[in-house]
Amino acid sequence: MAVMTYREALNQALVEEMERDPDVFLMGEEVGVYNGAYKVSRGLLDRFGDMRVVDTPITELGFAGLGVGAAMVGLRPVIEFMTFNFSLLALDQVVNSAAKLHYMSGGQFKCPIVFRGPTGAALQLAAQHSQALEATYAHFPGLKLVTPATPADAKGLLKAAIRDDDPVVVMEGELLYAIKGEVPEDEDFVIPLGVADVKREGTDVSIITHGKMLHVALQAAAQLEKEGVQAEVLDLRSLRPLDVESIEATIRKTNRAVYLEEGWAYGGIGAQIVSLIQEEFFDYLDAPVLRVTQVDVPMPYNKGLEKMAKPSVDRVVAACNKVLYR
Amino acid sequence: MATKVHMEALSPTMEEGQVVRWLKQEGDSVSEGDVLAEIETDKATMELVSRGSGVLRKRFLKEGDTAPVGAVIAIVAGPDEDISGLLQEAPDEAEGGAEGAGEQTQESLAQVGSMAAEESPDRRPTPVPPGIDETRAAGGRVERPAAPTEEDGRVKASPLARRLAAEAGLELSSVKGTGPGGRVIRRDIEAALAAAERAPAPEAPKPAAPAYAPPAAVAEVEEVPVSQMRKTIAKRLVTSIGPVPTFYLTIEVDMRRLLEVRERVNARLGERGVKTSINDYIVKAAAEALRRHPEVNASWGESVIRRYGRVHIGVAVAVEDGLITPVVRDADRKGVAQISAEIRELAGRARERKLTPEEYTGATFSVSNLGMYGIDEFTAIINPPEAAILAVGRVEEKVVVEDGEIVVRPRMRVTMSCDHRVIDGATGARFLQTLKDFLEEPMMMLA
Repeated sequence: MAVMTYREALNQALVEEMERDPDVFLMGEEVGVYNGAYKVSRGLLDRFGDMRVVDTPITELGFAGLGVGAAMVGLRPVIEFMTFNFSLLALDQVVNSAAKLHYMSGGQFKCPIVFRGPTGAALQLAAQHSQALEATYAHFPGLKLVTPATPADAKGLLKAAIRDDDPVVVMEGELLYAIKGEVPEDEDFVIPLGVADVKREGTDVSIITHGKMLHVALQAAAQLEKEGVQAEVLDLRSLRPLDVESIEATIRKTNRAVYLEEGWAYGGIGAQIVSLIQEEFFDYLDAPVLRVTQVDVPMPYNKGLEKMAKPSVDRVVAACNKVLYR
Repeated sequence: MATKVHMEALSPTMEEGQVVRWLKQEGDSVSEGDVLAEIETDKATMELVSRGSGVLRKRFLKEGDTAPVGAVIAIVAGPDEDISGLLQEAPDEAEGGAEGAGEQTQESLAQVGSMAAEESPDRRPTPVPPGIDETRAAGGRVERPAAPTEEDGRVKASPLARRLAAEAGLELSSVKGTGPGGRVIRRDIEAALAAAERAPAPEAPKPAAPAYAPPAAVAEVEEVPVSQMRKTIAKRLVTSIGPVPTFYLTIEVDMRRLLEVRERVNARLGERGVKTSINDYIVKAAAEALRRHPEVNASWGESVIRRYGRVHIGVAVAVEDGLITPVVRDADRKGVAQISAEIRELAGRARERKLTPEEYTGATFSVSNLGMYGIDEFTAIINPPEAAILAVGRVEEKVVVEDGEIVVRPRMRVTMSCDHRVIDGATGARFLQTLKDFLEEPMMMLA
């Protein structure tokens, strides 16, 4: 295995899949000449040419629609949104076209398209550019949704998303692009959609999370360990389809859980997971399931307020202690 | 602070109690936890302990008197405290019947009204909700404070704690909750179970065999959803034959090898004081067979059938005026010598009416043996919620045909009563076949 950044892992996934399958192409703002706003597509234009690495105007609805059309006639587009904040402009194509075509055509059309880009807050990008929109996309049947948190997961999940015959939303993280980790170099390394991953074993409490918040969860678990608490960290990786078995396993093991997510609590991913847990595994709970989320406000620009609004290690530790009755 | 002494529910099914003997006289000083009286319940003679400290100022019952559960039977108060209000109030309440505080006996003067300002929520008397006292297995002599309850009498507990308590046969209201607002949580159940293990019944002679330590984990119960067909079976059979639709299966067992085994075991362990009976082996064989047929180690739960992961065998013991069924827990994991010692010890205390409720509740299957009375075969009545009971007749020399030869063999007939809602004919038959195999070739219990 090689050590590389999350950015390089995504790049490698794109290169390998474009080499493997000539129908795969990349389209979005600044993906070609500029090598990508976050340099995920570095070198792709030189390698594959402008028929397969396509720079677009600032027209999210337009190029998302082009992608859906291309997918309907047999290509496998990867559509890059510079961030998912901008994807809101394209939502009609994603939700009303991509997610519905297979169903509404009675199975006559497939829509093997990937929508990818960063979600969530970076630093001081203010309310409009700091949103974690996983819950928005998870809402719609017909869309798959993955949120890789490590370089290896980024590569394996993006490759699985490109190979999948359904529309898949791949939500990355601006602050994740530079993190490093070991990544399998096998060209057929894929991580199946819908398989969660225990990122840290523990017996006392389960911190369930997805995406960038994995790293907050791991820091909280490390801090809890100093207090003698063994926290298990379950990274869902896929929000649709959902790995219910892994959730069941960790609940049966620890009997208590905290859901950690970057987005808001109201109608959030955590709300869905908590609902599932209490419906299916009620008899294994020794405490109510708590959530740690962004504070229910538009993200403040002010640095101190922004820090307060985001989920923090301290808040996760406090929630774990609460469900542990400590 | 004055404390009313209530007739407490000292057994799961107790509705009234009789004062056998007062251990404190009026005027004696008492501390919380002191034994005030011996109370005869429907099952055993139990100790009633004081929930307050002071002087036993008044006894409302004489020895031999009976009062319903919840009635005030005495008052403990400070030596000079004015209890005239209580003296007027209490006898009324005693006549008032069992609607009183039940286990929650720490009712103080505050509740009478004059000191209402001192009232604190967890001291409020809590009515016993219907159904609760039926199963208050651990109520009696244990001095654990009751779990704080809400005003409607509901015990706050986490779902996990409720499940663990149900599986262990532990009454939630007997467990002190340490979670927020007195919520009973997993660690409270574990602590209660550990305490129960550490504190065996007083005066119990040490079993001859080394004490068996059951695993800390409590029994697993698997709930199998009831199919529509099974629902129909249950409904129709109940209409036909009563709340527990029972059928009977009889099988005859050749006891030659088992008698040999028993003789050899007794010869080897005799000097340790072990003398196993035929019944001990039947209990052991039944437990082993149950482990292999979990569908028989089960009970009917209307929408589900509960299959128990642990095998607890009730052994019917005749006592004066009746019978009682002490429980050999985890009989499938115990050796015959230990089963023998436990049955002997439990039966002895059963005859003295000294069993605690925990010792005669929670069986998953029962064995009743009338062989020693010369009974050839009989049918026993199921002890709900168990799904079956095995009735054992005597071992008798009989002429049988074996390999074409007429030979004399010791034979025994056993009859299993089965709850048809849980067990079908073929299911019961397969269980009995296994049991027969074990008894005819005891070595197979090792296989």
